[in-house]
Amino acid sequence: MSTRIESAVIPRSPANRAADALRRFFDSDVYFSFKRSPVVVIAFFVTVLLFAVAALAPWIAPHNTNEVATLNLMDARIPPFGVTDTFGNEGSAKFLLGTDDQGRDMLSAIMFGLRISLGVGFASVILAALLGTALGLLSGYVGGRLDSLIMRIADVQLTFPAILIALMIDGIVGGILPRALHEELKLYVLVLAISASQWVNFARTVRGSTLVEKNKEYVQAARVIGVRPLLIMVRHVLPNVTGPVLVIGTLSLAIAILTEATLSFLGVGVPVTHPSLGTLIRIGQQYLFSGEWWMTIFPSVALVILVLAVNLLGDWLRDALNPKLR
Amino acid sequence: MLAFIVQRLLQAIVVMMVVGIISFSLFQFVGDPVNNMLGPEGTTEQREKLREKLGLNDAIPIQFIRYAGNALKGEFGLSYRMGKPVDELLVERLPATIELVAVSAVIALVIGVPMGVYTGLRRDSWLSRVFLTVSLVGISLPTFVIGILMILVFGVWLGWLPTFGRGGVVDIGGWQTSLLTLQGWSHIIMPAITLALFQLTLIMRLVRAEMLEVLRTDYIKFARARGLKSRDVNFGHALKNTLVPVITITGLQIGSLLAFSIITETVFAWPGMGLLFLQGIQFVDIPVMSSYLVLMALFFVLINLAVDLLYYAVDPRLRAEHTGGAAH
Repeated sequence: MSTRIESAVIPRSPANRAADALRRFFDSDVYFSFKRSPVVVIAFFVTVLLFAVAALAPWIAPHNTNEVATLNLMDARIPPFGVTDTFGNEGSAKFLLGTDDQGRDMLSAIMFGLRISLGVGFASVILAALLGTALGLLSGYVGGRLDSLIMRIADVQLTFPAILIALMIDGIVGGILPRALHEELKLYVLVLAISASQWVNFARTVRGSTLVEKNKEYVQAARVIGVRPLLIMVRHVLPNVTGPVLVIGTLSLAIAILTEATLSFLGVGVPVTHPSLGTLIRIGQQYLFSGEWWMTIFPSVALVILVLAVNLLGDWLRDALNPKLR
Repeated sequence: MLAFIVQRLLQAIVVMMVVGIISFSLFQFVGDPVNNMLGPEGTTEQREKLREKLGLNDAIPIQFIRYAGNALKGEFGLSYRMGKPVDELLVERLPATIELVAVSAVIALVIGVPMGVYTGLRRDSWLSRVFLTVSLVGISLPTFVIGILMILVFGVWLGWLPTFGRGGVVDIGGWQTSLLTLQGWSHIIMPAITLALFQLTLIMRLVRAEMLEVLRTDYIKFARARGLKSRDVNFGHALKNTLVPVITITGLQIGSLLAFSIITETVFAWPGMGLLFLQGIQFVDIPVMSSYLVLMALFFVLINLAVDLLYYAVDPRLRAEHTGGAAH
């Protein structure tokens, strides 16, 4: 969809071009189907809101929870505003959603957690998309042994659930790295593990479309006039096979966020110094039995809303961009 | 048929080989077993002796063959953390995981299929809408959040169900089961539902989609036109034809139930293999990680194989494909 809009532009002033693109977007079927479904509109605004909160957390959060020096243990385990816990403690307006065992304001911790969760999610999906697209393109265009090799690896990997792959890679790489380096690189290892568990979806789709594009006239023409294969792949085939990548990317984002949360919940994800939503839930779980539910429930709710919104957007995008369903 | 089975078997063997190589190479890259066994006090001479004894000086391919041979016998060495043979640890933990997964699979099927049939047949009733909405939420809820919510509601607030462990186990010929006592069931019910919920929604949506598809076909219309009872049409003709994908997905989902049992076992402190593996990862306990990887791969390969064969048995069209008959 978007590729058609961008590629059909006649050189004009940038402002005009932007206005054109905008007008075309508001006229498009995609925008129409967006407008028609209130659930998707809500999901969109919720997603934007959560992204904004994550991006602006250091400026809008009531309390910088990553600065350990500002924490006060006297503030630990305070219930949310308007709630009285089983020990008779009352919540205060200073900590709307209560505090955790270290005296961190839950609301701020969730904002910062959202930042980590989304950051890791985005980084993983982008890496997986790059890797998957490159391998899929190569596999489809070059064919032969390279194709069989890449696709067999994909097959073997698909035999296992993504979460197991991510857990395995995280564990193995964590084991190889020396302890000291481990804490520092943990975030990167996590991103690597999650993206390694997701590249297959991208690769398979891109390979499929590449196989179709490869035999079209424009590619043959390019080949006849002697354009190098790499250039054909990148300049000619690539722009025509990236359409579905956006859809898979959105759906993968939800899965990546969930995978990160799960790994962090299991205690093998992000380092404790930078708690993500999953880490917060894990920490809070220990206090569940004493009735201090807010430490678990609020981060869980944030996580579920985030994943639900992104999932809804992804589902809609898949249907909206699918010409068969129109 | 034979060619098909042979092809699948070959594929399975290749997968097992690859996984074997990966889990073998874990030992190569991660840590030094000699250091682990001798500690920092060992002299160079002792080290060399131990290396020779463990066969670490042999060529890598020979080491791999030895590893594979041991793996076939089910020997994976000693756990670094527990100092016990890994196969013993796994066998000890196996019943807990298998029982959890089995109960979950049954729950998912027994509830998921009827829900799917109902929402497929009565697509506009309010109950169908409720089912579908709930299933959407079910898909977006991570397993561990479901578990935590259940613990909070049924364990902490209502106090109806125990929140961790298996309760008492009964030993039957070496198989420790918790399914024979009421107490055991009270322990398994929450983890099993937690684990089943995602598969349940998946099965329900799948059955619904398939039912909708099949109900549109001509042979269903024809069956109705012939005046067959709608119960016969719905269950005898329609449901039967939806079963192929349901079998596949359910079969494959047993694999992911095994994987997701890691999470459920962590939430409910369920003493299964998943918990063992997770602790293995946290302590970089290579023998445990490596053997779990091989065991999981074996499960997955067997499940895939069984699903393929079952597919073949259920769908006559697949058998016809070989003789050139039109499929689908």
